[in-house]
Amino acid sequence: MHRLRSIKERSARWFMRIIAYCSILFLIIIGIALFVKAFPAIKNNGLWELLTSARWRPSGGKFGFLPFIISTLYVSAIAIAIALPLSLLTAIYLNSYASKGIRRFFAPVIDLLSGIPPVIYGVWGTITIVPFIANYIAPHFSGQSSGYSVMAGGIVLAVMIIPLLVGLLVEIFNSIPKEMTDASFSLGATKLQTVKRVILRRSLPGIVAVTVLSVSRAFGETMAVLMVCGNSTLMPHSLLDACYPIPALIANNYGEMLSIPGYESALMLAAFLLFVIVFLFNGISRLTLNHLEKRFHF
Amino acid sequence: MTGTNHKIRIESLNVNIDGQHILKNIDLTIPGREITCVIGPSGCGKSTFLKSLNRMHDENPDVNVSGSIFVDNQDIYDRNINVIDIRKKMGLLAQHPCPLPMSVFDNVAYGPRIHSLDSKKEISKTVEHYLRLAGLWDEVKDKLHSSAAPLSLGQQQRLCLARGLATEPEYILGDEATSSLDPISTKKIEQLFVTLKEEYTIILVTHILRQARRLADYIVFMYLGEIIEAGPADEFFNNPKQQLTKDYIAGSFS
Ligand SMILES: Nc1ncnc2c1ncn2[C@@H]1O[C@H](COP(=O)(O)OP(=O)(O)OP(=O)(O)O)[C@@H](O)[C@H]1O
Ligand SMILES: [Mg+2]
Repeated sequence: MHRLRSIKERSARWFMRIIAYCSILFLIIIGIALFVKAFPAIKNNGLWELLTSARWRPSGGKFGFLPFIISTLYVSAIAIAIALPLSLLTAIYLNSYASKGIRRFFAPVIDLLSGIPPVIYGVWGTITIVPFIANYIAPHFSGQSSGYSVMAGGIVLAVMIIPLLVGLLVEIFNSIPKEMTDASFSLGATKLQTVKRVILRRSLPGIVAVTVLSVSRAFGETMAVLMVCGNSTLMPHSLLDACYPIPALIANNYGEMLSIPGYESALMLAAFLLFVIVFLFNGISRLTLNHLEKRFHF
Repeated sequence: MTGTNHKIRIESLNVNIDGQHILKNIDLTIPGREITCVIGPSGCGKSTFLKSLNRMHDENPDVNVSGSIFVDNQDIYDRNINVIDIRKKMGLLAQHPCPLPMSVFDNVAYGPRIHSLDSKKEISKTVEHYLRLAGLWDEVKDKLHSSAAPLSLGQQQRLCLARGLATEPEYILGDEATSSLDPISTKKIEQLFVTLKEEYTIILVTHILRQARRLADYIVFMYLGEIIEAGPADEFFNNPKQQLTKDYIAGSFS
């Protein structure tokens, strides 16, 4: 009896351990596979040239990735700059100010919104945001713009990730024990003081983690940005210029890559770059978080 | 307000939580600058009573409070009263000590800071003073700026005491303020309360009848949401009027 239980215990532990390690193994395998496929492009053009050149002419064998890298970072940065403050305010409202009824109404709505497929956000962007930018915003800033732009991509992405962010943030705020906020209130703190000094402070690591998650999501988002960014291979110089984030590049050209020599490898490099961007970003955030945790006492 | 009229007068206080009648028709006068102990069996509503004295129930939409509580002749449930002023005046030490997510120092400095004490020097002085009062200074003076979370339960309780006192209330509402302390620390804190009653009006909820005997000038005995008997401690212990009180003092139930 005792023996049997100990065998069960041990095999369960091994089984779970193997599964846990598998997920890391997959990550490594994907990284290596992409790198192997991308290697010819690196060998032919040189990594530095690929990363810093803005010339993209696949038929001429020119693969400058800079506009795509910049587009990806640019669009994601706009998206998070819009989404984070709005989501924080919404989540704070839902956690600390809203009545029970409103809270109950919002919870499923937010879940629903995060479940809407990206392509629908993309369609919505093309029929509303894009013309709005072309007709009302661009004229104020000298420029002619079709509306398909960094700004359109940023806005659509922001709208997409807000429900995700709000849902996660509310969960983080709700995990704060009531005793803790009560302690603050009973010392005579106002709601705003309690939000600032207790709720936000205590949630800081969570907020950082959730932001990282949604930025990673923004880096990889394909369909919605593909539909509203304009997909121009030129370097975007302003918010109103068209751009071409890496996922859109890969998705758009995957079909024809076999017809041009070197193209396949270049697109694999694009995928590898995206992989590295997400990886680096997560790594840096992890370090920042560790630093924050030491500095403040959560 | 001058201190002479320090006292609390409660008139037909009723508290409902989730439709349950928890405090029933409380009428009571609590003397100023004395120690009042609230005793009674678990679940009889002692904490609920204490929370209604600093309007903590405002934070819970399921709770419905009616009636009046006059503190220094002002009804704290009056609509024109600022709840922040009430909470600052009525310092509540919660039953479960809960450090705020910050350093030991910042915990004690929390009240003074939100009530706009800005000078760094003043704040450090205040923090040290109240940590010493609570008998915690020697244990934490080398880790003032590290997190308060790893403190032991008894240390947390004293930290919360220091934090509550640092806000400089006029009334102290302690909900089993010594429940996690060893006998020696308990003695020290009890001693502290005795000194503090020169200036403060102190209301302590306690489970321990002996503690009430040691400390109380005035006793409130609650049972199932009602006040069974209230009066000066001597009279209460030596000459109880209600049968229920006699049974409780005799220890036939707890
Ligand atoms: N937030 C709440 N929601 C629902 N019921 C509550 C709530 N707070 C208190 N009660 C109920 O009110 C009654 C009194 O609770 P209270 O905490 O005041 O008791 P107490 O006398 O402090 O008990 P103890 O000595 O165990 O701390 C209990 O029946 C409890 O279930
Ligand atoms: Mg209690």
